[in-house]
Amino acid sequence: MAPLLETRGLTAFYGDFQALFGIDVAIDRGETIAIIGANGAGKSTFLRVICGLLGAEPDRVRHRDEAIGGLPANRIVARGIAMVLEGRRLFASLSVEENLRMGADVGRKGPWSLERLYRLFPILAERRRASPATLSGGQQQMAAIGRALMTNPDVLLCDEVSLGLAPVVIRELYAALPAIRAEGTAIVVVEQDINQALQVADRVYCFMEGRVTLTGTPKALSREQIRAAYFGM
Amino acid sequence: MTAALDTVLQGTLLGGLYALFAAGLSLIFGIMRLVNIAHGDLIVLAAYVALVAVQASGIGPIESLVIVVPVMFAVGYGLQRGLLNSTLDRGILPPLLVTFGLSIIIQNALLEGFSADSRKLQAGALEIASLRLGPDLAVGWFPLLIFLTAVAVIAGLQVLLYRTRVGRAFRAVSDDPEAARLYGVDNRHLFALAMALALAVVSIAAVFLAVRTNFDPAVGPARLLFAFEAVIIGGLGSLWGTLAGGVILGVAQSVGAKIDPAWQLLAGHVAFLLVLVLRPRGLFPRAVD
Amino acid sequence: MTTHAVHRGTRTSRTGVLLAIAVIIGLLSVPFWAGRADMRLIVEMAYFLALAQMWNLMAGYAGLVSIGQQAYVGIGGYALFALAIHADVPPLLALPLAGLIAALIAVPTAFVVFRLRGAYFAIGTWVAAEVFRLVLAQVTALGGGTGQSLPATIVRSIADSVDGRDRLIYFTGIALAVCATALVFLLLRSRHGLALTALRDAEGAAESLGVDRFRTQLWVYIVAALGTGMIGALIFLQKLRISPDAAFSVSDWTANVIFIVVIGGIGRIEGPIVGTLVFFALRALLADFGTWYMIVLGGVAVIVMLKAPQGLWGLVADRFGLDFFPVRRLVRSWERGPPARNDA
Repeated sequence: MAPLLETRGLTAFYGDFQALFGIDVAIDRGETIAIIGANGAGKSTFLRVICGLLGAEPDRVRHRDEAIGGLPANRIVARGIAMVLEGRRLFASLSVEENLRMGADVGRKGPWSLERLYRLFPILAERRRASPATLSGGQQQMAAIGRALMTNPDVLLCDEVSLGLAPVVIRELYAALPAIRAEGTAIVVVEQDINQALQVADRVYCFMEGRVTLTGTPKALSREQIRAAYFGM
Repeated sequence: MTAALDTVLQGTLLGGLYALFAAGLSLIFGIMRLVNIAHGDLIVLAAYVALVAVQASGIGPIESLVIVVPVMFAVGYGLQRGLLNSTLDRGILPPLLVTFGLSIIIQNALLEGFSADSRKLQAGALEIASLRLGPDLAVGWFPLLIFLTAVAVIAGLQVLLYRTRVGRAFRAVSDDPEAARLYGVDNRHLFALAMALALAVVSIAAVFLAVRTNFDPAVGPARLLFAFEAVIIGGLGSLWGTLAGGVILGVAQSVGAKIDPAWQLLAGHVAFLLVLVLRPRGLFPRAVD
Repeated sequence: MTTHAVHRGTRTSRTGVLLAIAVIIGLLSVPFWAGRADMRLIVEMAYFLALAQMWNLMAGYAGLVSIGQQAYVGIGGYALFALAIHADVPPLLALPLAGLIAALIAVPTAFVVFRLRGAYFAIGTWVAAEVFRLVLAQVTALGGGTGQSLPATIVRSIADSVDGRDRLIYFTGIALAVCATALVFLLLRSRHGLALTALRDAEGAAESLGVDRFRTQLWVYIVAALGTGMIGALIFLQKLRISPDAAFSVSDWTANVIFIVVIGGIGRIEGPIVGTLVFFALRALLADFGTWYMIVLGGVAVIVMLKAPQGLWGLVADRFGLDFFPVRRLVRSWERGPPARNDA
């Protein structure tokens, strides 16, 4: 059976600059994969192509065995692929609850509702009427993840969710992961924090200069292998 | 004293018309950061659509809105989708110069189609009926109708923006167009809807303008300037501020005209420049920028 | 080790200098063989070229898109009439003075309109021009709303014969166009040129590197007002009659000028030259079609802006690698591709 989401020989360009050189990644239902790599390795680019913010040849990205490469972002989210952008990017003039409703407005049926989400992140229920700007960094990240979950995705892409947050806050965010995974949602996390990534992921892909240099389960990979794949040493 | 009150009252009611001119401009800027130089000419275009509708069907000007509003709604949608969307995200020059070119094209097309003669729509008894407020004080029903419509339109837009799903999408796109796409928003469609909505409001303003005064193909730019001044006086991003800005502009013009008819426009511009110097962010700026 | 050098002189630039000299010599010979109508037409082309250079300096280099430059055409024209009629200043001497007056008025005006940015600045300058028009319509000593003609005695003081006057105005017009072009060229090659283009291409970065945006833009605004004021004085010296509506006409002195620059190529010195030629060619071609002329002109400008924002000259120059006035060390803002950062 075909994987839930798969890329085959995926390339990406910014104008004349090539950022990805033939990426093969596959993920199944309920699986969590982590993508690690240095700055400029192409991790964020990879997520931006999948969620439709960057163009691709149709057949290079397949979701539920259909070619979706190059579809506009608003159609990809409607298919069930949601993205948590780096830097949270909450809508500043909408309240916390309105931000969450933007996810529901996509119109996909599924397990996630405001009530369910407020059980996962109770602090958001308390701050539902607040402006996102008044939230702490961790709370903003919860709202951003919550907004993505409200689209009831079967694939959740998370770009640097722990960036700039205190370790205790990061642990709190990652504590929500099992509840999301329990719904069968596949999760792709892009992380700078290798330890965090190795802890949560079923499989790890290491990117360097737009190519996959290493892949495997966290247990099977040695520190030396990862260092070599990460820094090219 | 009564004379002064009368001047302020007439100016306030005139401000309602300016607020109607300005609401569309304000909406468009708020949602897609587009400053539409052709806004005034689109008002005049809508007035001619009303003229054609009235002449062809024999209905009254107010009733003609049933035709003008949908026509301008469609024009707005098509204009944004077919032309203006491609000017966005390319720096300041393309939207500015394309809408400027559009302004000149509309003016000259109207000149070609309708000549430079001035026109007016007749609303019969409504134009002269007035409401007596005191021994020497009366307001025309028609200016009052314009003002109340302006309040209703702005209240309606507020409800749309803050209480509906499409309004939520409008505000989201305004905050972060890229993130909005990730939440199912088709920006190009939404921008086209915003322009359509703006031109629907413009239609109402246009019919009132056409009943109130003479118009010809060249009066658009002045309407753009009034709308612009109302928006800046009120403060960017605030629709109620735009209404207040329209009223301040109307009162300033009315007071100027009272002193010397030739000073009407000048007084309005001077009020605008004063606000610009003293309160560059306008009188009622939105708290969150 | 690699060394870098910035080159601006090219083979085409030397061709450009020779070509420019040849054209100027040719133009200077015109009064000796051409008729009055031809001379008037060339003067008109000269002052549109000069106006276009001034507008291009502001919009194409300093990031100041104005829809209100008619303010300074009108002020220049009115200054000329005021000086000649009420202060007995010889008209040709009044020309530079008119420019100075326009520049002086530009200073306080700038402090008001500079509070607006981008497109709002554009409309703000338009309001300012309207204010000048409405104020001058109130000045009865300058003809009020209906305007006035330059008295015959003053006209004769320029030169005794009609031919003599035509020649003087002709040479002045050519001089203004050449000076406006040379001014923009020299300004851009100077130290300030780099600050200007830096501001236009990356305002934030330029400011953080120490370019004073306000001062740079203020100077450009004032210099453009000076030039535009002198051109305005010449325009109404040729027309011999001024009125508020003619002097502050947005369609004559700004719409046409914007179309010239956009069609020719914004942000390039050759742009206004090419644009002026295209503008007058279209006008000659469509002279019998009245308003259709403006519709076509507007349509061409819109299409150029959308499909070839570098303008007609940009299309030709990029294709054949031509650069007659090499001052560009830059990328234009609307040609920005996606951000160069690929990953975070």
